[in-house]
Amino acid sequence: MSHNIPDRVKRRVEDILSRYPRREAALLPVLSALQEERGFLSHSDEEWAADTLGIPPAKVREVVTFYSLFRRKPAGRHHLQVCTNVSCALNGADGLLSHLRKKLGIAEGETSADGRFSLSSVECLGHCDEAPCLMVNDEHYGRLDRRALDELLEKLE
Amino acid sequence: MNREDELFLTRDFGLDHLHRLETYVSRGGYRAAAKALKTMTPDAVLEEVKAANLRGRGGAGFPAGIKWGFVPRGTDALRYLCVNADEGEPGTFKDRFLMSHNPHLLLEGAILASYAVGIRTAYVYIRGEYESIARRLETAVSEARASGWLGDHIAGTGFGLEVFVHRGAGAYICGEETALLESLEGKRGHPRLKPPFPASIGLFRCPTVINNVETLCHIPGIIRHGAEAFLKRGLPRDGGTRIFSVSGAVARPGCYELPTGSSLRELIYERAGGVRDGRKLKAVIPGGLSAPMLTENEIDVRMDGDSLVEAGSMLGSGAVIVIDDETPMTLVLEKITKFYAHESCGQCTPCRVGTAWMARIAARLRAGRRRNGDVDTLHRLASGIKGRTLCPMGDAAALPVLALVAKFRDELERSS
Ligand SMILES: Cc1cc2nc3c(=O)[nH]c(=O)nc-3n(C[C@H](O)[C@H](O)[C@H](O)COP(=O)(O)O)c2cc1C
Ligand code: FES
Repeated sequence: MSHNIPDRVKRRVEDILSRYPRREAALLPVLSALQEERGFLSHSDEEWAADTLGIPPAKVREVVTFYSLFRRKPAGRHHLQVCTNVSCALNGADGLLSHLRKKLGIAEGETSADGRFSLSSVECLGHCDEAPCLMVNDEHYGRLDRRALDELLEKLE
Repeated sequence: MNREDELFLTRDFGLDHLHRLETYVSRGGYRAAAKALKTMTPDAVLEEVKAANLRGRGGAGFPAGIKWGFVPRGTDALRYLCVNADEGEPGTFKDRFLMSHNPHLLLEGAILASYAVGIRTAYVYIRGEYESIARRLETAVSEARASGWLGDHIAGTGFGLEVFVHRGAGAYICGEETALLESLEGKRGHPRLKPPFPASIGLFRCPTVINNVETLCHIPGIIRHGAEAFLKRGLPRDGGTRIFSVSGAVARPGCYELPTGSSLRELIYERAGGVRDGRKLKAVIPGGLSAPMLTENEIDVRMDGDSLVEAGSMLGSGAVIVIDDETPMTLVLEKITKFYAHESCGQCTPCRVGTAWMARIAARLRAGRRRNGDVDTLHRLASGIKGRTLCPMGDAAALPVLALVAKFRDELERSS
């Protein structure tokens, strides 16, 4: 089976492997590197990781489904992850989330038809001093109200 | 500058480029490492940390020196340091604050811990959501290696250390030390049964020290200025400062560094500006989401481990969440229970089933669809989880619910 893994990813994986005394320990960072490439983990990515690290594919699947940052289907170009834990909830997180649902016409776990946005609610992001907050892909945005949120969405192409 | 002020971790946090090695060194950085490696034996470093009685800042409050002392000595066997930068306890953001302002302080702490215990490889396990901070740490590691503070022959001595930044992938349970080890080995974050403790069988079955970021950040100060100076701040049995993460309904949320044993009321009203928008304080979660909440008449308490246990709660990660009088407790209950239901690793039945069940009831209460007996069932479920799980996550899920039900039962019973 051809796995179609770009050389730059293979080089990154070699570098990752050099940090651990056992190959299987590199599984999380290797999966992150693969996901970064495609935006999600395909079946073939999982098989390639299993082959490369010398572990059964079932072990890889076990890990992929355990950790919330791994995805098995594509997300939108901008993945909006709204924190709804206590400190953010005390600062209006639920209102922001329902605003986003209405405005984008999608529920949590869904992607807009044009592929621009996907939405999820997440647990504490460690930015409670900037509540309410969310992450767009890897970036944090805090102290949001509806207006600030609308302005942010405008900027995300 | 007063010598003792150097024991405040955040002393220089106003500086622009503290995260760069050059600035850190200009403020006395890496002097503790130089002193230890060149003039002290590993045992002398260990003894100093023991004398300081530095209590862990990650949640359990175990003295760092004693933990290091559990690692078998006198062999060449491989051993590891794992820096716990998973910071998943809701309300907590101090480790992010420390690492983003001063990554080299953490690296220097890691060097000292590794020197004391005979470790040559350290992993910083950082939560995946802290990507920008992980990159900042990696830059600091490269800088340190380039100037001889990491790698072989640190400061021209025979001691060497490599530090690797390892990203988690979104799982609160991986902050629990044995789940962290499993995760670092490339597996699901399922806590291990203890004993054996990580100090004897840890990462890759080798003796392993696991310390929180803030704990390690205290080590350079202790080595430079001595255990005695450290103990002058804070309480005699629980010295030094702590960084409190204050959030929720306060006017000035943020990190505040105070001596251990400082007053919770002062922290909220004098540092964090009191309750926002002129509202009144209804309850406070004093030590991260797992800590039982205190009511307005219970907040004249000192912020140290023993005092909070006496007050029926815990200091945990030092995260203070303030709840105002306009917030319905059903909202807080819903968020607390949803969190544990989502984060239970699923290994132990009481936790897996109990947290999901509590979350369903809490969602009903929140939606105004309370059924008769719901509050009693909540109490029964939480009591059934407590003490019946492999790791402390079960208690973490149960205790806040028990406290909320005990202190706000009337309000919950009225919700419909
Ligand atoms: C469910 C759970 C989550 C935890 N999360 C963290 C965490 O995010 N960061 C942390 O430092 N300790 C966390 N701990 C505590 C660790 O198990 C461990 O006690 C700590 O990392 C030891 O470091 P210290 O002695 O320096 O505090 C958690 C414990 C439990 C039971
Ligand atoms: S509660 Fe939202 S970031 Fe912590």
